[in-house]
Amino acid sequence: MTQAEQERRFQEKIDREIKIEPNDWMPDEYRQTLVRQISQHAHSEIVGMLPEGNWITRAPNLRRKAVLLAKVQDEAGHGLYLYSAVETLGTSREQTIDDLHTGKAKYSSIFNYPALTWADIGTIGWLVDGAAIMNQVALCRTSYGPYARAMVKICKEESFHQRQGYESLIKLCSGTPQQKAMAQDAMNRFWWPALMMFGPSDAESTHSDQSIKWKIKRFTNDELRQSFVDATVAQAEILGLTIPDPNLKWNEARGHYDFSEINWDEFWQVVKGNGPCNKERLAARIKAKEDGAWVRDAATAFAKKRAMKKSA
Amino acid sequence: MQESALFEYVLRLSDDSLILAQRLGEWCGHGPILEEDIALTNISLDLIGQAISLYDLAAALEGKGRDHDQLAYLRYENEYKNVLLVEQPNGDFAMTLLRQFFFDAFRLPLYEALMQSPVEQLAAIAAKSVKETRYHLKHSSEWVIRMGDGTEESHQRAQAAIDHLWRYTNELFYEDAHDHALQAAGKVPAMAEIQAKWMATVTSILSEATLEIPKNNWKFDGGREGRHSEHMGYLLSDLQYMQRAYPNMEW
Repeated sequence: MTQAEQERRFQEKIDREIKIEPNDWMPDEYRQTLVRQISQHAHSEIVGMLPEGNWITRAPNLRRKAVLLAKVQDEAGHGLYLYSAVETLGTSREQTIDDLHTGKAKYSSIFNYPALTWADIGTIGWLVDGAAIMNQVALCRTSYGPYARAMVKICKEESFHQRQGYESLIKLCSGTPQQKAMAQDAMNRFWWPALMMFGPSDAESTHSDQSIKWKIKRFTNDELRQSFVDATVAQAEILGLTIPDPNLKWNEARGHYDFSEINWDEFWQVVKGNGPCNKERLAARIKAKEDGAWVRDAATAFAKKRAMKKSA
Repeated sequence: MQESALFEYVLRLSDDSLILAQRLGEWCGHGPILEEDIALTNISLDLIGQAISLYDLAAALEGKGRDHDQLAYLRYENEYKNVLLVEQPNGDFAMTLLRQFFFDAFRLPLYEALMQSPVEQLAAIAAKSVKETRYHLKHSSEWVIRMGDGTEESHQRAQAAIDHLWRYTNELFYEDAHDHALQAAGKVPAMAEIQAKWMATVTSILSEATLEIPKNNWKFDGGREGRHSEHMGYLLSDLQYMQRAYPNMEW
């Protein structure tokens, strides 16, 4: 079969909503796009454990501590499924993680912002997981089978994360003036970075068109960002929090909220490694890998010894 | 006397769970492999769950209207009654896993015995926790064996952790008048019985791991009476931070 014929058949499957599976023929670029996108998603789960993990020891009561532990543990689990999904495309977990550590692979920039107060934990659940869900619900129908199936499970857990975040903010917003102020401060710091999570605007996005044709993505960055803003405004009103954007207002004609332009300079600076915590996050991941090398070596050596004993 | 003895007894169990959970929570995001990040946070979560049930029982026995959070968060350092072992810093993975192994090997036979206790709530908590603890012990034992019989480096690290932590193990079997009163009433097991089971587990696993029990038998205690190591104050500063900085608020 010629290359052109293979490509035609591949696109036909996609158009007919038949999932692409690991052993199916796929264009190199499709494979590379998936490896890039899924690994970026996996790294986001793992790096995302750090700002929240910081607060496990300081959670204000036992119930919150337990919920936070469960949430961060889920994120490690999501990282695992996603690294496994990348492995089905022929790239090992080791290689994928090395690409993160050398800076070749990216992760969601939101995690380069610090978690400074307890309200940040609720806000991360509400806004950051909320934004992630917008992306991820669409990915449950993505064309690559293993990715789509991983997403179904992940989405269920993410929606629990978002609810616990929102519920924790309800508590703060109906609490004392200090608690309410803490929540507003977190909102002020996380609103714009949360909107940036959807990536560059459609005009600037290099990967969008092809990804939509291949049904890796179902909606563009700007469409998802708009859905997120539309869904979040009412939630903020219930909490009594002010969204830090003077231009935010309902546009009757569009049937959507209008909002200000994102500070794209900040966006690109953080992507390039100049956010408040980029260096710390990467350093923490590299340290975990280096400090753990002897543990992994021990497990490998032990498994070999046992296998030899068995065969002897 | 027996009510207050039982309060003290349950408080010790609660504090052991909470303080060890607090230490394990520090590993989150920093484990040597993702699977261990999940395992350590999972064990921490189990221990928090146990602590909540145990503090609830302690609070009911005390009858002063305190709840589990007030007991967990709002006491002074010398009112925490956990053993020194569980407050020791995480150190490397070997130190954390050996600390866990010594603790799990103690907790499992203790919970098994407490399942027979005529104190119904305590027996119920033990019955629920014993399943979790069995898994914890399996996990920590497997790592002790893997590290001991893995590479030269892992063997040395595991042995160094044993040599360091051994001095804290005897306190697991601490007894005082509270224990004696409860034992006499048939409510809790004698520690000698638990210690014998602990020693059997430790001897068997360390031998399989090609690791040695230290010859130096000098032992520390004090935690059960509220005298802690220098590490405890820092641990409590983190634990109590929110409750102390924002008193009397709901979260």
